[in-house]
Amino acid sequence: MAVLVIADHDNASLKDSTHKTVTAALALSSDVDILVAGSGAKAVAEAAGKIAGVRKVLLAESDALGQGLAEAVTAVVVPLMAGYDAVLTPATSQGKNFSPRIAAKLDVAQISEIVEVVDGSTFVRPIYAGNALETVQSSDAKKVITVRATAFKAAGEGGSAPVESTGAGDGAPKTKFIDQQLVKSARPELAGAKIVVSGGRAMGSAEEFQRVIDPLADKLGAAIGASRAAVDAGYAPNDYQVGQTGKVVAPELYVAIGISGAIQHLAGMKDSKIIVAINKDADAPIFQVADFGLVSDYKTAVPELMDALTAAGK
Amino acid sequence: MKVLVPVKRVIDYNVKARVKSDQSGVDLANVKMSMNPFCEIAVEEAVRQKEKGVATEVVAVSIGPAQAQETLRTALAMGADRAILIQTDQDPEPLAVAKLLAAIIGEESPDVVIMGKQAIDGDNNATGQMLAALLDWPQATFANSVELNAGDAKVGREVDGGIQTIDVTLPAIITADLRLNEPRYASLPNIMKAKKKPLDVKEAASLGVDTAPRLKVVKVTEPPKRGGGIKVETAADLVSNLKTAGVL
Repeated sequence: MAVLVIADHDNASLKDSTHKTVTAALALSSDVDILVAGSGAKAVAEAAGKIAGVRKVLLAESDALGQGLAEAVTAVVVPLMAGYDAVLTPATSQGKNFSPRIAAKLDVAQISEIVEVVDGSTFVRPIYAGNALETVQSSDAKKVITVRATAFKAAGEGGSAPVESTGAGDGAPKTKFIDQQLVKSARPELAGAKIVVSGGRAMGSAEEFQRVIDPLADKLGAAIGASRAAVDAGYAPNDYQVGQTGKVVAPELYVAIGISGAIQHLAGMKDSKIIVAINKDADAPIFQVADFGLVSDYKTAVPELMDALTAAGK
Repeated sequence: MKVLVPVKRVIDYNVKARVKSDQSGVDLANVKMSMNPFCEIAVEEAVRQKEKGVATEVVAVSIGPAQAQETLRTALAMGADRAILIQTDQDPEPLAVAKLLAAIIGEESPDVVIMGKQAIDGDNNATGQMLAALLDWPQATFANSVELNAGDAKVGREVDGGIQTIDVTLPAIITADLRLNEPRYASLPNIMKAKKKPLDVKEAASLGVDTAPRLKVVKVTEPPKRGGGIKVETAADLVSNLKTAGVL
């Protein structure tokens, strides 16, 4: 049984979620290949070849692939699947876009956002915003799977898999890419950060959110997140949102400031290794999942925390 | 322009799902059910397109049990013109739903399908993309802005790190993300009016589509609970605990 992993990248660099998806793929088969579909992405393919355990890297390049258009990626992957029993993609916004299209073209189910590989056809995945875990067994000949990357350890480096070119397909004739507006930030990316500092509605304004959260995140070298309430209120941009409908994160340390802990937020961060909650309401549900809770107004607690971090040499 | 909007009846957004003790699934007996929130956003978008004079007809479609008629009535009260229930007591998987919708689209020939990106029960985020694949239509998923023109749609999409804008040739599938709009509450007069709007019921079996499940649910379990944490008194205590835990 051979397995294909579709790399997550931005044409310039390979994302860590690829390494984590390789770990899930290696649980299915020792014959794991990686597809890098992009444009000007040779360096990404070379980086993918260095992941330990990878057999070979396939590189498909075109403008439409570089733009990540679902139709273009599907057109490359579907013919390749003649040689694979499963295709695994990190469940990023990119992967979620094209993977179900591939599944339907192959007339198979998609097994979405797996968090565990039980055996070659049995997988565990969260449903109902993570309030339940479903174990499903697939009867399809070919498996199309998206992987919740935070649930798997990253595969190591040290491989030396060859890079081969493969057909770029016929693009996306009915879709025209117009532009992509990405928020530029010197901070680590939210989905893969080791530390995340998140703010909630208690911040009260976008200015206050930045005044309180940004310096603490910078001090900790953390990515910034936000609750849906804070995003909906306009205190933080859309792509900061952690939760069922935003990003699912599982950092080493998650610091929730002024976040009450609605079910939808907890679904996005409850698998973090250590959770810290700072909230003045001692009954806030966030304290039920927090390893360390500080019942205090963030207005006094955050400056004190900054001082304590400085005192501790941070 | 004719807009088709698939909607799903699911557990209400504010209800916490409870796993059945026999691990056969989530307990939906006597639980409040509502329209999936992303489907509400899709209905709202379709209705706004009609109010702008772009769409001429909005058809809501649901696949589910007889009670899904209530969900369709909600869509009608929000402003959809008519509704179709594809009735089944099975809980079809996304691929089967996409095939049933493709059959209806064959009969209805809409110019565009606007639907939710994900249902909050199965959390698959797959049906729209699958439907686009089956019809060989372009797809614009995770929409946070939609501009419908005569032969195309310009859609802003939420992607990791920002917004991507694409233009798709119609007919196309658009899936709604959270911030596309804020759905309205149906007014009482509109709820009354919705009772008189046409609602057709078709048996799923009559569409001649293979809806056999591809996935067998082995079990449904509760996620592991997090161990009890501690309350700390000061920020300095917090930092020393974090140092001990090895995360600083």
